[in-house]
Amino acid sequence: MTQASLGDSLVQKEVHAQQQNNGVAANITHTQPLWLLAEVTYRCPLHCAFCYNPTDYDKHTQNELTTEQWIQALRDARKLGAIQLGISGGEPLLRDDIEDIVIEAKKLGYYSNLITSGVGLTEKRIQAFKEGGLDHIQLSMHDITEEINNFITNTKTFELKKKVAAMIKNHGYPMVLNVVIHRYNIGHIKEILEMAEALGADYVELANTQYYGWSLVNRSQLMPLKEQIDEAERITNEFRQKVGNKMKIFFVVPDYFGNRPKKCMNGWGEVFMIVTANGDVLPCHSARVLPNIEFPNVREKGLEWAWKDSPAFNKYRGDDWMKEPCRSCSEKENDLGGCRCQAFLLSGDAESADPVCSKSPNHHLIEQAIEESKNPQIQAQPIIFRTDKNSKKYASGESTERIDSFHAIP
Amino acid sequence: MENNIQPTDIYALALHHRFQWEEAQSSYVILFPEGMVKLHGGAGEVIKRLDGKLSVADVVTDLKATFPDAQNIENDILGMFDLAVGKAWLRKVN
Repeated sequence: MTQASLGDSLVQKEVHAQQQNNGVAANITHTQPLWLLAEVTYRCPLHCAFCYNPTDYDKHTQNELTTEQWIQALRDARKLGAIQLGISGGEPLLRDDIEDIVIEAKKLGYYSNLITSGVGLTEKRIQAFKEGGLDHIQLSMHDITEEINNFITNTKTFELKKKVAAMIKNHGYPMVLNVVIHRYNIGHIKEILEMAEALGADYVELANTQYYGWSLVNRSQLMPLKEQIDEAERITNEFRQKVGNKMKIFFVVPDYFGNRPKKCMNGWGEVFMIVTANGDVLPCHSARVLPNIEFPNVREKGLEWAWKDSPAFNKYRGDDWMKEPCRSCSEKENDLGGCRCQAFLLSGDAESADPVCSKSPNHHLIEQAIEESKNPQIQAQPIIFRTDKNSKKYASGESTERIDSFHAIP
Repeated sequence: MENNIQPTDIYALALHHRFQWEEAQSSYVILFPEGMVKLHGGAGEVIKRLDGKLSVADVVTDLKATFPDAQNIENDILGMFDLAVGKAWLRKVN
């Protein structure tokens, strides 16, 4: 699972980009879950160090929704206005009913997207997806080198990814690549973009790691230097000029190095709705870290109640919940105070300004994290990979390794 | 006009893009990987006519006939083509 839609989402970017356009209005209503993300399983054959899935995901691997429950969720969300569907995980292909979900999505009029590592994608399955009406496949790529790919995912998947990329192209799908950027591959941006071009990519998302879940645990191991990010952005802009419209490149800026936070999820409960493997309904990927909120579950009340009426989805809608310095901030509508999960995980106060903001009283926590990531001794600590074994340790409380300074299990 | 739209040009929706009516939005939309654009009425009427056979001039003629009371719509229509080509929502087929 990659970080495609964390915070600075592409939907949002496109929507905002249209606002000044001649002849096109982008006044997307703010009360519809236009984007439905179905995290159909947390099981995954990869063990990526930067995965944003919850570190205690293991407790949600035994109680996954059934095919019928997913189909009902798709129908209910569509009635609420959902139109972009992401089928994600974990690795969604570990379920054998993705074909059924795809067929139903097509019937309902979704524009559907399978977000995959490629592991488990066979000729037979991709054929079935094509016939069933899946609109596109987003493939995660990690590096141009076999060493880094295999290291960061803790698997031997480099050759497979190249094979899968060719398979996607051969079946007439747009080539959408997602590359999570971190210390180990940021020096290869030019080569990664060249590889994407050679593979015939139509869209490339360079998603700088944001620190949630496993990537928060491994923050000091993954964070690049500010100078490296600036250089990567410069190379990306140069490449954009060269390829023009034939390959759209999105560079998701990392919030730790900005002065202002991201408008997380384009606002709480504004356009995104996530249904997780066990049926929890969330306004963002990591919302379950927040205290004193009971999230709805599709097994109990329907999605309409979850979206419109549940206390959880209404809790941080708008700006009534804000404290100072956000409340009186002239820029509050730009970012809505940033990310509630990040605020709580780092500061212990979910209603405080996102510490990323230079106006936040907790901004030193970000500066400290950046300093720690440059400390050779801390850097040298081994990566804790996303494995069932490590997840079980966090879920049971047996281990608090590198999470005890956070205010929730990331 | 940045894209030099000619009356004889024929356009169709770009590959991997889908155009459909969205009841929940009460408008036409264009869908593509990771994104969606909501079109207002006039823009929707232009895109709706692009079947890969009608030229830009045909679309203008048809829209003028369909909306006889609309004033000076030719420039708006050409502006919409220019924007849609610039955004790569359309591909030229001739």
